Amino acid sequence: MNEDIVLHVENVTMQFGGVVAVNNLSLDVPKGKIIALIGPNGAGKTTAFNCITGVYEPTNGLITFNGEPIVRNHPVGAMKKTYAGLNADRYTSKFVLPKEFDESDDAYEKRKEALKEIDKYAFTDTQLAPTADKITNCGIARTFQNIRLWKSMTVFDNVLTAKHMRAKQNLFSATFRTSIAEENRMKEETVQLLEEQNLFRFKDDLATSLPYGLQRRLEIARALATNPTLLLLDEPAAGMTPQETVELCEFIKEIRNKYNLSVFLIEHHMDLVMQISDYIYVIDFGSEIAQGVPKDIQTNQAVINAYLGADNE
Amino acid sequence: MFKKINNALNPSLRHPEQERASRINKVGAIILLAILYVFLFVLDNFLPAGSFTGMLIPVLRKGAIYALLCVSMNLLNGFTGLFSLGQAGFMLIGGYAYAILSIPASQHAAVYQYFDGGAIQFSIPEFFSSFLGAGLGSFVGSIICIIIAGVIAALFAALIGIPVLRLKSDYLAIATLGFAEIIRAIFQWNGFGIITNGSNLLRKYTALSDIRWDIGSVSLKFGTVFVFLIVTICILLIVLLINSSYGRAFNAVRDDEISAEAMGINLFKHKMMSFIISSFFAGVGGALLAMYQTTIQSAAFTSAMTYEILLMVVIGGIGSVSGSGIAAFLYIAANEWWLRFLDSGSIGSIEVSFFRGGFRKVIFSIAIMIIVLFFSRGIMGDKELSITGVINWFKNRKERKLAKKINASKEGE
Repeated sequence: MNEDIVLHVENVTMQFGGVVAVNNLSLDVPKGKIIALIGPNGAGKTTAFNCITGVYEPTNGLITFNGEPIVRNHPVGAMKKTYAGLNADRYTSKFVLPKEFDESDDAYEKRKEALKEIDKYAFTDTQLAPTADKITNCGIARTFQNIRLWKSMTVFDNVLTAKHMRAKQNLFSATFRTSIAEENRMKEETVQLLEEQNLFRFKDDLATSLPYGLQRRLEIARALATNPTLLLLDEPAAGMTPQETVELCEFIKEIRNKYNLSVFLIEHHMDLVMQISDYIYVIDFGSEIAQGVPKDIQTNQAVINAYLGADNE
Repeated sequence: MFKKINNALNPSLRHPEQERASRINKVGAIILLAILYVFLFVLDNFLPAGSFTGMLIPVLRKGAIYALLCVSMNLLNGFTGLFSLGQAGFMLIGGYAYAILSIPASQHAAVYQYFDGGAIQFSIPEFFSSFLGAGLGSFVGSIICIIIAGVIAALFAALIGIPVLRLKSDYLAIATLGFAEIIRAIFQWNGFGIITNGSNLLRKYTALSDIRWDIGSVSLKFGTVFVFLIVTICILLIVLLINSSYGRAFNAVRDDEISAEAMGINLFKHKMMSFIISSFFAGVGGALLAMYQTTIQSAAFTSAMTYEILLMVVIGGIGSVSGSGIAAFLYIAANEWWLRFLDSGSIGSIEVSFFRGGFRKVIFSIAIMIIVLFFSRGIMGDKELSITGVINWFKNRKERKLAKKINASKEGE
């Protein structure tokens, strides 16, 4: 595997009952790049995000982060029929000899060879579905489409609380204030983050009392507080004025350079996407319809059809 | 820019004004507590026994115990957002653990008369009394028993928490309520009678009246001081926890579980922590309640007891420690003392026919309904009481009146 690939998503499928929200999606996020995932409303972009960040458990597929598998699953039960043969072996180590196969059978040998090749994904269990906090702990931070700040907390506390995960203090050292040095360091870092985002003057205000654009900034600041190496932004420019969008564009590039981040974003503002992305994946109805650099995507017929409707003739 | 950052790097990050206010609050709280303890000591020993002190002492003791129980429930319901109704169960465990461990060995035959003297044949306070003297021995012994009571309640919480904390909101409430009832039923079961004395009373254990200091012929009582001491320490610990990094994480879980988890806060771990800590202090509160009552019986720890505590938390304000404390004292004082006359059948010498047993509860219910309807956020909301806060409240009274007038005139237009 290429070492420069930070996030690797392979054959991820998410099925809710009969609805396939994400269908066999594969994509890569290279280190230090800004990658965009676009698509019409309801295309499954946020679902894909939720699969990566552990909110959902994908029905099938593998997600690796810095080469380490963080999410993997393969269909079980009734789902198995739908996805049989779709690299299912790759996502499980339980290689069971099918009854109809004979030792001498070619197919069996083939499967065995295939299994050897993917040895590094040979897991002891069939399923790896960590909770969202473990994935954040790996270094993936995210923001939300519908802002999810902690409502009863101040701006300052919102960012400070996100630092809790990286704190080394335990319950006793925190309660008895023996880890006060770390606490102060956390507060200093929070101040720095807020200064950078021009949010410091609002530090004692309730997070929800901020205007919309600033709430989005605060969410990014909060995500940065978890010391990520990959930042997932779910429609960061939604509800922003054109001026704010331009600023956001610069801002994303700025934090990318400053924190050595890779950025993976979902966006509807085509201006923003075309301006900042290095590579774009387009999905519609859960399936990928195109991928390429912004210039190609702009002229891609499939993308234009998906957004503007296909000409049936 | 750089200057600004350097300025902000000041660890306290506070405005000098805030720094001053915080210092005033801390020093003021210590002075007030010292005055309170002197008063309680005088109340315990030197004030003449009468109907006034006869009511004041029990109300203060019970109020303090309920304040702790309220704060422990508030930690779970108000600060972590877990709607749990298992408080009475953990109090029961704490109270029983305390009582069982502190019944003197010589009294076992009498207490466990139906169970051949019971299984446990030692008493921790008695052990300490043997070399520390009766007063100090029972003081040290009962503190150790109280801590053990809390730990046992916390262990039960850890066991119960594993299945229960995977549930959300109402379902969690139902499950915890069920567990509390199961615990009560188990403690009443004769099968465990050699430990729990079945459905019979536990008595003759170290009570508050045993916390005293004999100097020659003078015996100084410390019952009320003891209760307040334990309660103050426990509430102080909870406040320290709430204001720490973990407290903020609890708040984050309460505000939005999904984003809390996405920011790396392990939901199950933090819910479990909060549940265990809350149960620990519920156990301590149960032990204190056992000391206060001098006898303990599992049949009394019904879900009504949990509702009573929940009511106090709501009256005080969900998410306010000082609100819980104030509400606990007010509730206990009103219930046990101020509204008693409604049951007596007369006001002074005037006979009122509908004042009879139970009428107090009617008035009490109406009062609570009024509070819930008109002060739905409770006495304190989610704010905390502080000395500077009170001073500012009085200072700003005129301004508030003015603001009200301006608003009223604006609305008039």
